[in-house]
Amino acid sequence: MADIDVTQELPLLVERPRPVTASPLAWLRVNLFNSIPNTILTLAALYLLAVTIPPVIRWALVDAIWHADSGRACHGAGACWAFIAEKGRFILFGRYPYQEHWRPLFVVVIFIAMILASCDRRLWGRRLALLWFAGLVAVGVLMWGGVLGMTYVENERWNGLPLTLILATVGTLFAFPLAILLALGRRSRLPAVRGICVGYIELIRGVPLITVLFMASVMLPLFLPTGITIDKLLRAQVAIILFAAAYLAEIVRGGLQAIPRGQYEAADSLGFGYWRRTRLIVLPQALAMVIPPLVNSFIGGFKNTSLVIIIGLFDLLGAANAALTDANWQGFYLEAYAFIAAIYWTFCFFMSRYSQMLEREFNKSRQR
Amino acid sequence: MTDTAAVAPRPGRPPRNPRIREVIYQILFISIVVTLAGFLIHNTLTNLRRQNIASGFGFLDREAAFGIGESLVAYSPADTYARAFLVGLLNTLYVSALGVVLATILGTVIGIARLSSNWLIRKLAQIYVEAVRNIPILLQLFFWWAMLRVSAPAPRQAWELLPGVLVSNRGFVFPVPTADPVHHWMLLAVVLGIAGAVGVGRWSRRRQTRTGAQFPSAWVGAGLVIGLPLLVFLAAGMPLKLDWPELKGFNFVGGGAVSPEFAALLIGLTVYTGAFIAEIVRAGILAVGWGQSEAASALGLKPGQRMRLIVLPQALRVIVPPMTSEYLNLTKNSSLAVAIGYPDLVSIANTTMNQTGQAIEGIAMIMAVYLTISLIISLFMNLYNRAIALVER
Repeated sequence: MADIDVTQELPLLVERPRPVTASPLAWLRVNLFNSIPNTILTLAALYLLAVTIPPVIRWALVDAIWHADSGRACHGAGACWAFIAEKGRFILFGRYPYQEHWRPLFVVVIFIAMILASCDRRLWGRRLALLWFAGLVAVGVLMWGGVLGMTYVENERWNGLPLTLILATVGTLFAFPLAILLALGRRSRLPAVRGICVGYIELIRGVPLITVLFMASVMLPLFLPTGITIDKLLRAQVAIILFAAAYLAEIVRGGLQAIPRGQYEAADSLGFGYWRRTRLIVLPQALAMVIPPLVNSFIGGFKNTSLVIIIGLFDLLGAANAALTDANWQGFYLEAYAFIAAIYWTFCFFMSRYSQMLEREFNKSRQR
Repeated sequence: MTDTAAVAPRPGRPPRNPRIREVIYQILFISIVVTLAGFLIHNTLTNLRRQNIASGFGFLDREAAFGIGESLVAYSPADTYARAFLVGLLNTLYVSALGVVLATILGTVIGIARLSSNWLIRKLAQIYVEAVRNIPILLQLFFWWAMLRVSAPAPRQAWELLPGVLVSNRGFVFPVPTADPVHHWMLLAVVLGIAGAVGVGRWSRRRQTRTGAQFPSAWVGAGLVIGLPLLVFLAAGMPLKLDWPELKGFNFVGGGAVSPEFAALLIGLTVYTGAFIAEIVRAGILAVGWGQSEAASALGLKPGQRMRLIVLPQALRVIVPPMTSEYLNLTKNSSLAVAIGYPDLVSIANTTMNQTGQAIEGIAMIMAVYLTISLIISLFMNLYNRAIALVER
């Protein structure tokens, strides 16, 4: 630990002037070679990069094969991007009818547009809720079809990226109201309500998502009265909602705890009852405070949807695995995983950047 | 407003006395929950009877009749389901414990590197964190599995990382020392060394409080822990024989071996959780005000002492609570072993459920185990947290 002295960095945090670096050479000296341990570290890191980066570039670009008619012609020293060219549409949209691929594509565009719109703080409020409602209706119409001259597509064939986006967003949207109720219940004065809410939250948070998914896929059919069946997609969606609700509830509770007592007392002195106080005074302030962690939680949920492949759904990861089973194109694991990793990464990275930006802005307005 | 209490409650309105109202609300709430639970249980029982699925834990004594690839205890397909569950539980605990230790080390190093004054180190650490955090853990596990299972060469062309440490599509192999009676004495020497180090530490602290004189107890302690077994080793004439893995036919014989599934799971969990721990460590160190370090310097403490005595104890208070939840996450994420074929608890329970059809019992057992593990980890971390918490006057 003596090699990397963290305390050397800390002065920058209290906005001391950075050393003015006149030339690139001076910059190098200040930032890379300012002491003997740092020089050793820099050289070690440069050596590591020199060893690892060239083979990766050779694999991914120089030796890569971009066009090939079959998997056999594609096995070489480098990556086979022809596999992605061949299977990319399958990985993105799965077994959705090939001629109808414009529909899931349009759904993905709608989702991206709605997520982008949600980032604009001027739209927050009723208008955004309306936008999401309209967007989800459009998504449902496009995916199912059966109206406006579009053929009907059963939801077993909703695969790939649209499925990932549906599971993540619908999961969060439906988990949110449940989470608010659970958080309020956990803070309730009534011991019975509090006990049941605490029990639910801690139970769900104590077990892995897989067990909740197993439970939904195996036990949900048993829970329902004889004769009522529930399809696989809905089961997974229910599991994700129930799981996300427990985590969101803890975030909301954090916001509720941060509301000063005076706010409750002020509402009481205005003669508000519990629900009016909660709806008009407490929740608006509590929820505004926890928006950054909610965004983080959404990112976690987005990544977690990949677990549905374990109960046999074909989301983005599942479709990639399915594409890998083609006998004509075998063994291109790294190419397929790199492709979908790039998609997951793009979504998650920009959302996490957005949440960091929000956090900074929120902190700015709070420290007056 | 004094007369309102005297007004009798109108019918259809909740009673005005808050005590009574609360009791009524709770009775209503509980009866709704109980009715719902009863409805679900009734349906389940009806469905189970209709599908002829047995219930109860009687199946645990029956023969499991499936093989398990890796096991820490003796197991054969002729053993019972209960034994199979034990194998799975031990595998889960084993990979989680190793993962927690490795992820903590990796995360701490990366977290400190994120704050380095060296631009290159700082950027590399940042790239690692940003790349790993934003990709699902399951995808990463598949990636490592494919790297080790598919992209790695056959044993004949195995990559040699270090002399004797080889990677092939059969996993990792490495040399292990062959057992020797002297090793028991060395173990005893380690125990004695630790006891001695603790004793020296106590004595030097007492002496320092009394007289102010310092004693290099850390060096002496380290010398005892490492030196004593080394002395035993040298005195016995250095009986070190390594069992090297050898290529025989299509696979390696001898030495220690780790399956690709286990290696993929351990690497994946460590790399993924390490990125989150790095952020926690970084935030914890940043949370200690710069004035603390300046004050320490003003008192004449050296940089190492400043870190050890002033910054780290304060940073730990910020670090420990989120660290607990990362350890819990790692343990829960180890359940994804089922996707890459490592026989952890969930994957064995899954096989059992498929064979016996007793899903409810299987899931109940998994949940009970994970809840217990969560509670135990939380308990220990809370105890540790209390030990390092700020003592206020």
